[in-house]
Amino acid sequence: MPFPDLNLFTAVHLLFLSAWACALLLADLWIPKTHKPVTGWLAFAGLVITLGLVVAQLGARQAAFGGALATDGFSTLMNFIFIGAGMLSVLMALNYLRQHDLERGEFYPLLLFSIVGMMAMGMAKDLIVVFLALELLSIPLYVLAGFGRPRIESEEAGLKYFLLGAFSSAFLVYGIALVYGATQATSFAGIGMALDAGQATSPLLLAGVGLIMVGMGFKVAAVPFHMWTPDVYDGSPSVVTAFMSVGAKAAGFAALVRVLFDALAPLASEWGVVVATLAALSMVLGNVAAIAQTSMKRMLAYSSIAHAGYVAVAALIDAQGAQSNFSAGAAIFYLGAYALTNLGTWAVVLAVEKPGRMTTDVADYAGLGRTQPALAAAMTLFMLSLTGLPPSIGFVAKFYVFRAALEAGYTWLVLLGVVTVLISAYYYLRVIVVMWMKEGLGEAVLPRALNFTIWLTAVGTLVFGIVPGPLMNFVESSVRGIF
Amino acid sequence: MIPVNYYLALSAVLFCIGALGVLVRRNALVIFMSIELMLNAANVAFVAFSRQFGHLDGQIMVLFVLTVAAAEVAVGLAMIVAIFRVRASINVDELNQLRG
Repeated sequence: MPFPDLNLFTAVHLLFLSAWACALLLADLWIPKTHKPVTGWLAFAGLVITLGLVVAQLGARQAAFGGALATDGFSTLMNFIFIGAGMLSVLMALNYLRQHDLERGEFYPLLLFSIVGMMAMGMAKDLIVVFLALELLSIPLYVLAGFGRPRIESEEAGLKYFLLGAFSSAFLVYGIALVYGATQATSFAGIGMALDAGQATSPLLLAGVGLIMVGMGFKVAAVPFHMWTPDVYDGSPSVVTAFMSVGAKAAGFAALVRVLFDALAPLASEWGVVVATLAALSMVLGNVAAIAQTSMKRMLAYSSIAHAGYVAVAALIDAQGAQSNFSAGAAIFYLGAYALTNLGTWAVVLAVEKPGRMTTDVADYAGLGRTQPALAAAMTLFMLSLTGLPPSIGFVAKFYVFRAALEAGYTWLVLLGVVTVLISAYYYLRVIVVMWMKEGLGEAVLPRALNFTIWLTAVGTLVFGIVPGPLMNFVESSVRGIF
Repeated sequence: MIPVNYYLALSAVLFCIGALGVLVRRNALVIFMSIELMLNAANVAFVAFSRQFGHLDGQIMVLFVLTVAAAEVAVGLAMIVAIFRVRASINVDELNQLRG
C-alpha cells in the first residue's frame, strides 16, 4: 500500500496554530487572574506568527495529506480573512471581557482552535476534511456563545447554537454518506471524475448534494436555515458575535465554494437553482426582517443573513458549467469587505455597550455625533459600507458580486439584489440619523485597543472603497485557474 | 450477502426517526440523543457502502464521525448541565429569553 504524501510543510500554519493554542491552554494556568490580558496578547502573537507562515506560502500551490488539503491562492486569501478577524477579535476582547466580568483564560485558546478549523475549511479538498474542519470551527464557537455564563441569555444562545449546529452537521454527514455511495469517493477529485464519467443524474447523488447544502446553509445562516441566527447573535457576548458573524460565515462559504466549484461543477445546472433561491430568499427576508428590529444586535443579525444572500449571489456558475474566475474572486472580495466593515461595526457596538448589559438598542446611539464625532463618523462609514454606498469597500464588493452574477446569466437575481439594497438603506441609514440628529446622552467607552480596531477598520473601509484596484487585481490573480 | 439496499433503508429510517425526534421532542437531552441517532444513521450508510465498494474510505469516516460525536457530547452535556443549574429545567420551550 503506497503511503500518501503528507507534505506537512504545506499545512504548517494549521499545525503551528493548533500547537500554540494547546500550549496557551497550559500556559494560562500560570497566568494570575489579574493579568489575563497577557493570555490575549500571547494569542495575538500566535496569530501574528501564523500570518507570517501564511505570507511565506504566498503564490504556492501544493497539496498535503495525500491531496486532502490544498494550499493555493484561494486558501491563502481566506486565511488572511480568518487571521485578520481573529486578531481584531482578540483586540476587541481584551477590554470587553474585563468590563463584563468574563475574564477567563480559555477564551483565547478556544478562539484560536476555531480559527484553525476555519483555515482548514478553506483548504479542504475532501469531504472528510470539510466535516472535520466544520466541527473544529463550530465546537469552540458553541462554548464561546455560552461564554457569558451564568447569564441565562448567553447560556440559552449557546445551547440553541449547539443543538441546531449539531442537527445541521448531522445533515451534512448524511449528505456526505450519500455522495460517497453514489460516487465511491470523498475526495473532490474523485467525485469530479465520477461525475464526468456520467453518474450525474443518480437520485442518491442529488439527495446527498441537497443534504450537504442544508448543512452548509445552516453554517452561513442562509434563509431558510437562518432561524437560529437572531437568537444566537443576540444572546452571545458581543465580541463572540462579531467573530462568528464574520469567521463562521466566511468559512462556510469557503467550503461551499470549494465543494460546488471543485467537486460538483458538472452539476452546475442542478445546484445553481438551489443557490440562486437561497440567495434570493436570504436577501429579501434578511433585509425586510431587519427593518422591524429595535435592538442593534438583532438588526445586525438579520443584516448578516442578508449579506449571506449577497455572497451566495457570487457563488454561481452559468448553466453550461463554464467557469468564470470572476465568481470565486467576487465571493472572496465580498467576504473580505464584509469582515472589515462588520468587525468595525461591532467594535462600535462594543464601545457603546454598558458594563453588565450585553445588548444595545438603536436608541442608545442617539447623541453620539455630538459627544464622540470621530466614533460617529466611523459608524456612519460602516453603515454606508454595509448598505453598499460609495465611497466604501461595501459598494465595490456589491458591484463586483453583481457583475459576476450578470456574467453567469442571473439577471433577475441582480435586479432583486439591487431592490433589497434599497430596502436595507432604510435601517442602516436610520442608525446614522439617530446618531447625528437625535438628542441623547451618547455615552461610549473607548479603550485604546478598541479605538485602534475602529480606526484600522474605518481606514480600510474607506481606502479600499476609493482605490479598490490593487486589492481586486491581487484577489483575481490569486484565484485564477484554481477552479 | 445482504444487499446494500437493505442497509440503506435501515439508515434512512434511523435518520428520519432522529430528525423527527429533534423536531417533536422538547427535552434537550432527548433532542441531543436524536441527533446522535442521525449521526449513527450516516455511519451505517458509510459502513455499508464501504463494504460494497471494498475500500476503507467509508470506515475511516465513521471513526472521524464517532470522535466528533464524542467531542460534541462533552460540550453539549456541559451546556445542558449549566442551563439546568440556573433554570432547574431543560425543556427547550422554556428557553425563551431571546425573541423578537
